[in-house]
Amino acid sequence: MRKHLFECLIRPPFTERSPSAGDATMAELAAGLDRAARRRLGRSLSIRAVDAGSCNGCELEMHALNNAFYDIERFGIRFVASPRHADVLLVTGPVTKNMREALERTYDATPNPKWVVAIGDCALDGGCFAGSYAVVGGVSEVVPVDLHIRGCPPSPTEILKGLLALLEHANAERRAP
Amino acid sequence: MPALIDLIREGRAVQHHGPWPRAVVDLAAWSFAVGQLSEGHWSLLGLWGEMDAVHMALLDQPAGEMAVVSLACPQRRYLSVAERHPPAIRLERTIRDLFGLEPEGLLDVRPWLDHGHWGVRHPLGVRQTDPPAFPLPVLPPYEFLRVDGPSLHQIPVGPVHAGIIEPGHFRFTANGEVVVRLEERLGYVHKGIEGLMAGADLDRAVRLVGRVSGDSTAAYALAFSQAAESALQIEAPARAVWLRALMAELERLANHLGDIGAICNDASFALMHTHCGVLRERVLRACDTGFGHRLMRDCIVPGGVAADLGPVGIAAVRALIEEIRRRFPALIELYDNTASLQDRTVATGVLAAALAHQYGAGGYVGRASGRAFDARRAPGYPPYEKLSFDVPVRQDGDVNARVWIRIQEVEQSLSLVEQILERLPDGPVRVEVAPAREAREGVALVEGFRGDVLVWLRLAGSGKVERCHLRDPSWFQWPLLEAVIEGNIVADFPLCNKSFNCSYSGHDL
Repeated sequence: MRKHLFECLIRPPFTERSPSAGDATMAELAAGLDRAARRRLGRSLSIRAVDAGSCNGCELEMHALNNAFYDIERFGIRFVASPRHADVLLVTGPVTKNMREALERTYDATPNPKWVVAIGDCALDGGCFAGSYAVVGGVSEVVPVDLHIRGCPPSPTEILKGLLALLEHANAERRAP
Repeated sequence: MPALIDLIREGRAVQHHGPWPRAVVDLAAWSFAVGQLSEGHWSLLGLWGEMDAVHMALLDQPAGEMAVVSLACPQRRYLSVAERHPPAIRLERTIRDLFGLEPEGLLDVRPWLDHGHWGVRHPLGVRQTDPPAFPLPVLPPYEFLRVDGPSLHQIPVGPVHAGIIEPGHFRFTANGEVVVRLEERLGYVHKGIEGLMAGADLDRAVRLVGRVSGDSTAAYALAFSQAAESALQIEAPARAVWLRALMAELERLANHLGDIGAICNDASFALMHTHCGVLRERVLRACDTGFGHRLMRDCIVPGGVAADLGPVGIAAVRALIEEIRRRFPALIELYDNTASLQDRTVATGVLAAALAHQYGAGGYVGRASGRAFDARRAPGYPPYEKLSFDVPVRQDGDVNARVWIRIQEVEQSLSLVEQILERLPDGPVRVEVAPAREAREGVALVEGFRGDVLVWLRLAGSGKVERCHLRDPSWFQWPLLEAVIEGNIVADFPLCNKSFNCSYSGHDL
């Protein structure tokens, strides 16, 4: 194990750096997200993931946000284990009828102020599962949604972009009388 | 001992069903097949319903034969398979929920996927809808199995879990720290996919199939495409067949790498998780470069593949293999030489070989407990007969064994990817798929990273799907998770669970 730890000391990090290196989108994102998060929430945003019927594709990309390349925690954004600790619910999937109540109860358990971000094409309007006897439809049919992030699944970069947009929106809301 | 083929000869063979035979059998033959299953001679590959019939896919592993037998149910009843062969219990509860066909002799008749929220009973059979004037009777509250004894307490977990994972409910009964019973309750992400498949054209159907279980999108699309091609008696071009195998192996690599790290993370060994996460991300990026999608969604279609792999993609995959070959051995050494981690994985969650065989457990779950089955080998499908690879098998059946099987499968997949790139034939990657103007049926068994995915379908003369059944490997793995946790401590459940990594969405469908 020591070998690995030493190696990490001398090797450049995998993390795609915010302003100086990496691709332009990531740099722009990192800077923007940092500014907005700091203004609104003092560098902290706690996210609770809720799978309300997804195929698991969106969850895989949400997991990727935690890997060394995206390292979402450096922006002060982290995934938490309970809705009671969360500012944001990231909801995936067409909401199934069997998950409707669990989603409502998770939403009710999240303290105000809270935001809901619907991830993926299914979460927008049920996607290719719309019309099934077992599916309610998009997330907004069950809980109020502040932002939709499209894609099947959206890439980690797109999810990050969406969270930035949410933070900007939350700030605009605060500035409004 | 009679072989599977003899049973098929006794029944009425169904025309236009491929590549393995299907026969409509009488009650005596159905009962005989159930006996063969319960005595362990054959394995159950699938059991599914239709409006007025039930079908059972069987594997005669020693003879290397597969077949589907069907039983008509004019009275909407059939002889229970599960009564003598427990692996069929949840499948029969599902058939009851979806089709309203009664399995005679089934002891556990609690609903499985139907939680009482659909507003319709038997959605794929004779539907009982919920008009306002005559509301459907409310389902009684779900009763978990009884556990008796002193000093027991229960821990309910889910459906919403603490991590970024799919929803399901686990009911633990523990004596102090030791689990004495785990009971799963699933069905939360049931989307009615088989209902949506009926009447879908092939384009829409393959998109739906690719969204059954997000981590196995290539395996599902491959199984569906193979079944459709068998039904229509067309062949995908050689280059497409090889590209499909390339995608399947990349999908296996991404999942195995991610999960090896995640299992270690459940023992709080984050270093392994981080490094494996880096390799997994590299795989996804190479897939994105090569095929235009990180998970390779909608890339495999009936008739071939959606897009060819160009020189840039080939270079990206080659660089990927080179990097994994360079970095992975040090990670294996790290896993093998960290005593505190081994302390958590060795002798934890042992799956007995007898159970793995009885349930026909596929993938690393079966192979870590002595069940040497890999659908790429037998029944086998191209191009694997032209490729050289080993199917690792172990006997110890614990979390550690499942990790090692996956480590060895990573090595096999690296070699397979290299062989495929070396010998990738030139030529077109897609042929046109024309409807057959008559009903056709096809079946396929494809080795996903988690185990064998079964797809059975019937296409109408118009080319649309009339009925399609999709059986995830998790159906025969979830029940075994209940068995392996017994006698382990509650804190080891995440390790056991992740070492199985069953699909919720693939199971709930």
